[in-house]
Amino acid sequence: MRRCIYINDSDLTLDLYCDNRISNRKYTLLNFLPKNLWEQFSRFMNKYFLLIACLQLWPLITPVNPASTWGPLIFIFAVSATKEAWDDYNRYLSDKQANEKEVWVVKQGTRTRVQAQNIRVGNIVWLRENDEVPCDLVLIGTSDPQGVCFVETAALDGETDLKTRVIPSACAGITSELLHRIKGVIECPYPDKDIRRFDANIRLFPPFIENDLCPLTINNTLLQSCYLRNTEWACGVAVYTGNETKLGMSRGIPEPKLTAVDAMIDKLTGAIFLFQLVVVIVLGIAGNVWKDTEARKKWYVQYPNESPWYEFVVIPLRFELLCSIMIPISIKVSLDLVKSLYAKFIDWDEEMYDPDSGTHAHATNTGISEDLGQVEYILTDKTGTLTENKMIFRRCCINGVYYGNETGDALKDVELLRAVGCNCPEVIKFLTIMAVCNTVVPLKSKNGEVCYKAQSQDEEALVLAAGRLHMVLVDKTGNMLQVKFNALTLQYEILDTLEFTSDRKRMSVVVKDCQSGKIILLLKGADEAILPCACSGQQIRTFVEAVEQYSQLGLRTLCLAWRELTQDEYHEWSLLFKEASGTLVDREWKIAEVCQRLERDLEILGITAIEDRLQDGVPETIDILRRAGINFWMLTGDKQNTAIQIALSCNFISPEPKGQLLLIHGKTEEEVSRSLERVLLTMRITTSEPKDVAFVVDGWALEMTLKHHREAFTQLALLSRTAICCRVTPSQKAQLVELLKRCDYRTLAIGDGGNDVRMIQMADIGVGISGREGQQAARAADYSIGKFRFLKRLILVHGRYSYNRTAFLSQYSFYKSLLVCFIQIFFSFISGVSGTSLFNSVSLMAYNVFYTSIPVLMNVLDKDLHEKTVMQHAQILYYCQAGRLLNPSTFAGWFGRSLFHALVVFIVTIHVYSDERSEMEELSMVALSGCIWLQAFVVTLETNSFTLLQHLAIWGNLVAFYIINFLVSTIPWAGMYTVMFRICGQPAYWVTMMLLVIVGMAPVLALKYFRYTYRSSTINILQQAERLRAPYLPLGNMESQSRTTEKEVIPMSITLPKSRNSVYEPLLSDSPSAIRRASGVSASFDVFNASPSRLSSTYSRNYKSN
Amino acid sequence: MNSNGATSSVSSGPNEASRRNSKRPKYSKFTQQELPACKPLLTPGWVITAFTLIGVVFVPIGVASLLGSRDVVEIVYRYESECIPQSFSDKKLEFIQSSETNKTCTRTLTVPKHMKAPVFVYYQLDNFYQNHRRYVKNRSDKQLRDKKSERTTALCTPEATLNGSPIVPCGLIAWSLFNDTYQFSRNDNGRLLSVNKTNISWKSDRDNKFGKDVYPKNFQSGRLIGGAKLDPNKSLSEQEDLIVWMRTAALPTFRKLYGRIEADLLANEKITVKIENNYNTYSFGGKKKLVLSTTGWLGGKNDFLGIAYLLVGGLCFFMALLFMIVYLAKPRPLGDPSYLSWNRNPSGL
Repeated sequence: MRRCIYINDSDLTLDLYCDNRISNRKYTLLNFLPKNLWEQFSRFMNKYFLLIACLQLWPLITPVNPASTWGPLIFIFAVSATKEAWDDYNRYLSDKQANEKEVWVVKQGTRTRVQAQNIRVGNIVWLRENDEVPCDLVLIGTSDPQGVCFVETAALDGETDLKTRVIPSACAGITSELLHRIKGVIECPYPDKDIRRFDANIRLFPPFIENDLCPLTINNTLLQSCYLRNTEWACGVAVYTGNETKLGMSRGIPEPKLTAVDAMIDKLTGAIFLFQLVVVIVLGIAGNVWKDTEARKKWYVQYPNESPWYEFVVIPLRFELLCSIMIPISIKVSLDLVKSLYAKFIDWDEEMYDPDSGTHAHATNTGISEDLGQVEYILTDKTGTLTENKMIFRRCCINGVYYGNETGDALKDVELLRAVGCNCPEVIKFLTIMAVCNTVVPLKSKNGEVCYKAQSQDEEALVLAAGRLHMVLVDKTGNMLQVKFNALTLQYEILDTLEFTSDRKRMSVVVKDCQSGKIILLLKGADEAILPCACSGQQIRTFVEAVEQYSQLGLRTLCLAWRELTQDEYHEWSLLFKEASGTLVDREWKIAEVCQRLERDLEILGITAIEDRLQDGVPETIDILRRAGINFWMLTGDKQNTAIQIALSCNFISPEPKGQLLLIHGKTEEEVSRSLERVLLTMRITTSEPKDVAFVVDGWALEMTLKHHREAFTQLALLSRTAICCRVTPSQKAQLVELLKRCDYRTLAIGDGGNDVRMIQMADIGVGISGREGQQAARAADYSIGKFRFLKRLILVHGRYSYNRTAFLSQYSFYKSLLVCFIQIFFSFISGVSGTSLFNSVSLMAYNVFYTSIPVLMNVLDKDLHEKTVMQHAQILYYCQAGRLLNPSTFAGWFGRSLFHALVVFIVTIHVYSDERSEMEELSMVALSGCIWLQAFVVTLETNSFTLLQHLAIWGNLVAFYIINFLVSTIPWAGMYTVMFRICGQPAYWVTMMLLVIVGMAPVLALKYFRYTYRSSTINILQQAERLRAPYLPLGNMESQSRTTEKEVIPMSITLPKSRNSVYEPLLSDSPSAIRRASGVSASFDVFNASPSRLSSTYSRNYKSN
Repeated sequence: MNSNGATSSVSSGPNEASRRNSKRPKYSKFTQQELPACKPLLTPGWVITAFTLIGVVFVPIGVASLLGSRDVVEIVYRYESECIPQSFSDKKLEFIQSSETNKTCTRTLTVPKHMKAPVFVYYQLDNFYQNHRRYVKNRSDKQLRDKKSERTTALCTPEATLNGSPIVPCGLIAWSLFNDTYQFSRNDNGRLLSVNKTNISWKSDRDNKFGKDVYPKNFQSGRLIGGAKLDPNKSLSEQEDLIVWMRTAALPTFRKLYGRIEADLLANEKITVKIENNYNTYSFGGKKKLVLSTTGWLGGKNDFLGIAYLLVGGLCFFMALLFMIVYLAKPRPLGDPSYLSWNRNPSGL
């Protein structure tokens, strides 16, 4: 399970591993055609069309020219193949560029310039400042005497801050000349894609230092695609090359997400396919019977008496081909087209542009916009998502004394300043931890100012605050750390850094005070991770109270602790730590275990409280989305009280007496399970009461429940509209998403940091906030937005419109192909069930791909309701969530409509064009133009708002139909030569068209009008309201108006609403914001331990059923 | 709700603004989905007006079509069984297939109303499937058009070749050419009414689809004789009966133009028609009719359009009235928020 790499020894490692040629290409010149075709044909629809196209090659059965299917099919395939080829060509070009870039590599003891693709594992690669790292390297030397270098890892994880990388201790002090001749062996695991871990060892051969095993971590590596910054040069040994690098391994195409709408369309396609089979079988049998009984009597047909064995399948197959257009070939292309336009609309949207960070919304995944409109659960991260993630040190509690409580800012607290001034030992220790116990890198700029590079916002806030309190972190070079306190310069040697992991929830450093020579453990972390390790004598009650108090205010707390170590103790532990750091398997866990040994008997110094402000518009956004029937779950790594406070302040949960929190907690498994049962019981009894009930669960209890009571927890999840999960790990977040997904709910996960990536990838829709924690989440997500508040626009406007538009487009596509297909079927009844096509090949092809696609594509501009109306009446989203606009029954409506229209066209046509006028070409053109006229009016009737473009598409298409057919009618060898001129010259034709349109559309219009007026759906009512009254009130007015009217409305709306004075009054009986405002924001909040009294939720969850 | 606060607040210094603007999405009404749009609403007034208007337009058109159709005078005479001699009434097939029998039959028709010239003479076939799949494609348009491609007979089987040389015109359609003939004479003076058989086909067909230099070849000389024979000395473009026949009908009942009588026929005038009853419709029970008809503004005698228009117009009036009554009896304010489901029923939809 590991590879041994001999440094700089070309004989031993040359051919074992691949070279550094990067290849992201999917295809080569030779395999492009077969591979691409194979991929395209792995889709069901494509297989179906290919089968149809192949059947059409058999002239005996084809009713039309094979070109009518092959043309569009080849076109569609060519389009997607060209796109693939172009993408692949671009990948090839960028690969080529990367592969041919020249780098310095040590060959036979001298530096030579070679192309990047010729780097072999074990080679020593030299990099200059601002060079891109060509492959994964283990750092062995840098220009910095301490062996430090800085890299920018943006391409790898999206984080823009500089990261520090150090050479392994074994390589310390080797001069650059010697580095050319260095020999040794690196033992490392097989390539994997984890960019946060590299558990390996290095052993240098004599004469370089003693034959000692030295552990390597990710901090000793330079990974491919990073950039070397602020360092003159660095060199390293290639360990993974080519496609085996960390980046290469983590590349990969994420599984395509299928939207609910797509799934529904697939289902409907399947149903149509079955219907088609039934039609084919019935007509096939009827055709064979007719042939045997009637056709043999018709001497002019000359049916041969003996027929080939396959005779009985000929007629069914003809009908299969005739009916093949039931499944429209254009639907896939049209859908892809409009979907990419939806995505573009999101990218273009000005209202989702964040001027603070200069980012606009971006849809990485162009295929799932409809799903946005069908979201039922939103799982949101807290920090950086709901909050701004701008950490500011606000308060602290040192040794039981609270600072900053009066002013709200500890830095301005006179008491604290005085305590600092008089060198109070506790305060000094406290400040030391703030300044030292971190991984912040101080960078000195030219004018002497110090700025900090930090990976954690909290740490930066602490260091800055310490600086303001005169404890300035000045310099960090290698292991030496300089802190300036007033005029004093203190030096510390960092012996070990025990890193932060989300499991440990704390980080610590072991430093040696260079002044006194003492070895000290400095610790900071979550209170529940640190307080239990306090030394036995210490009173921790004050700290618990402080934590409680701060988290009530929604502040993030950290507990700081300190312990002095004896030399012996440290050395003993140090050996264990080295051993643990050197393991290749389960290193993280082992280190954690070793660290545990040191982190005990702590002297708790105090609590820091850091403020993280809510982002703009978060409460409104949550409020609106909740009204839209979306359930919110907050998943956060923060502690319970902070989470609840944030939840309260952003409308997430309602304060008492309106809302109620049910707590699932417990230390042991039984306690957790009992607590869960109680909560579940409470939830069940009280689902009918108008109350906001939320449950709160912490990471530990969650783990228990997920492990042992999955079923019960699932039930709870379904009952509860709101949940707060605190102290959860990234994998638990993902588990929760999966749990909801398994219950068939559409989930949206939104987050901003690396710890949300798994949840984002797991959810149906992942939304990333391109925030301060880097771009990691935004990169992994399907959509990235700048601020949380844009989510409401993303869902209510873009998601909803996309859903509506796709629902119409897909059903319409089926409608128009069924229309033609039904006419063909009816025609077969009067053509001896022999499978004659009424329409000619050109018309059929043009009908499907051209005449009927363009008007409907313009439907992407259709808006049923104004955006502002949607925002006011967010409940309208129920329609999309419940799939009201695209489901089997709406589809049945379209099916019925196409049947009706086909009957109208067919009956009118054959009656008007009977007797002496029943010429085939003429009759077929009359029927076809009837279809075109009808479809133009159907699109018109179904369009809610007409822009100029839509008018142009609908009527221009109608005109284009005539122009094209007139043109075709001038071609002497075409079947329909002069036909179009003849029929258009007859008044009967135009009279027929008018009759067709009115007979076809009047009932539809009457029905629509009746439903619209007397059985109006919510959408209709809002449309009427929006269009009859003033266009819409300006935003400001509306807001204030709603506020003033709210109070009167609350009691009234529960009985029958009598007020019809204004359309824009808040129409909600149970708007959480209304009550919240009425009862005051500052209402106190009690956490109930699931008392099964009078709780519950207004929202019955069965809206799905109607 | 303050989402447009975000867009309006970019004015912090010209430099900064322009730098940021470069990253901003380009504003246009299209990209913001804010193209001016008209949003029609199905108001009662609109709908009632529309239906009334349809009625107003449709009823006159219906009346006009019906009158036009009524003005057309039509004589339909079904002869396929009447032209069988009594002795053959049980063995019609034998009669028609035999070459010895005398197939001429003479009948007298009465003109019901004055028929203005030109009077169109049609033959009508019932239950004849010219649109049958085996039949409708059994032709070679290339061969008909071009002398050089007389060998393109691929689609014409089984009437493609005779002893290896191509049949012109090939295929079942041509082979089954209708071959009854009619001769008309006025009863009172016994004078022949000449039937003009030129220009009965489409001009475009004569000029482009049927070659002037293509002559019938091997036609109807095989074992099975289908329908009419063609004069081998006349080019296909002059064989108008064939050209008319080759325009296949889409319905199993169809009329095809036989010729025109270019003289007025007076009311109650008796006309003698001498029918040469050659065409076999007996094997499949098809009817044969002789049709004499004038023409109106909508074509031949066809009441369908007129009736349909009157019916639809009437129904639209009725609907308009109905909507009006419902509207007056049960007025319902449009866009009344109290109808919103979440206002009516607090527990969701």
